[in-house]
Amino acid sequence: METVFKRPHGLTDKAFHYCPGCTHGIVHRLVAEVMDELGIEGDTVGIASVGCTYNSYDYFNCDMIQAAHGRAPAVATGAKRSLPGKYVFTYQGDGDLAAIGTAEIVHAATRGEKITTIFVNNAIYGMTSGQMAPTTLVGQVTTTTPFGRKPELHGYPVRVSEMLSTLEGAVYVERVAVNNVQNIKKAKAAIKKAFQVQMAGLGFSIVEVLSICPTNWGMTPQNSLKWLEENMMDHYPLGNFKGKDLEV
Amino acid sequence: MAKVTFREERCKGCKLCVDVCPKKIVTIKEDTLNQSGFHPAGVYEMDKCIGCAFCATMCPDCVITVER
Repeated sequence: METVFKRPHGLTDKAFHYCPGCTHGIVHRLVAEVMDELGIEGDTVGIASVGCTYNSYDYFNCDMIQAAHGRAPAVATGAKRSLPGKYVFTYQGDGDLAAIGTAEIVHAATRGEKITTIFVNNAIYGMTSGQMAPTTLVGQVTTTTPFGRKPELHGYPVRVSEMLSTLEGAVYVERVAVNNVQNIKKAKAAIKKAFQVQMAGLGFSIVEVLSICPTNWGMTPQNSLKWLEENMMDHYPLGNFKGKDLEV
Repeated sequence: MAKVTFREERCKGCKLCVDVCPKKIVTIKEDTLNQSGFHPAGVYEMDKCIGCAFCATMCPDCVITVER
């Protein structure tokens, strides 16, 4: 018999600290599988962010740098410009990228930095125990919006992919989800293309991954996946926003 | 002929693999506890496994290895 599925080499053997059912583990594995397939593990520099992913530097088998909260794209810019032969990616959550790190991600994108961003959007602050994030949906209950997010009080959720796709420097923008096997395969294809865009030196690439947070949503992992499909996908439609026909 | 192997000490019992199995053979082993205190997932009827790797694809903790 032949092994058809195993832990990718791009991941270290350290056990994930994430909660049961947290899809960060799936996204980590997809990034590692892409590094394996492209054979770039030894030439990749990952930038870990702040949030639940704070110690992702322990999980990826490539070189890693820990950035201050929201500053991963700035650190990635420095890493890529000083080591243009390396492949640099940032791995950020929505509290990191869409809140404190909005300036960094927008300007890294508009400068067309040749980096790849993996943006995991679960519509809530996970590590700090479930406060409202910029991506929290209208009506969604969090610890800081106990009666649901109200637009007149809290504003509207930010659509990062749509926003970044208006910038010339961002050449590949796609939103995927990891709620079922089919979408996981699509997510992997998108992450691979994002890395290939960087390898071809075309510009900034970002993949937004809709993800779940069973612990802070207060649901089982199964119900969380259903909630993602029924609620998040309406506000955050899946698909490619830019660079679909890029030849890489 | 296919075989899935569960690294039980890494399983957190989230059941994502249970739901996604097309043959419905992945179950939570209620009679087993791992070191972290979770009931791990496993397969009792391995002869029914088709090696589709859906369980492994869905597993957030890289618990599952698939051979066929």
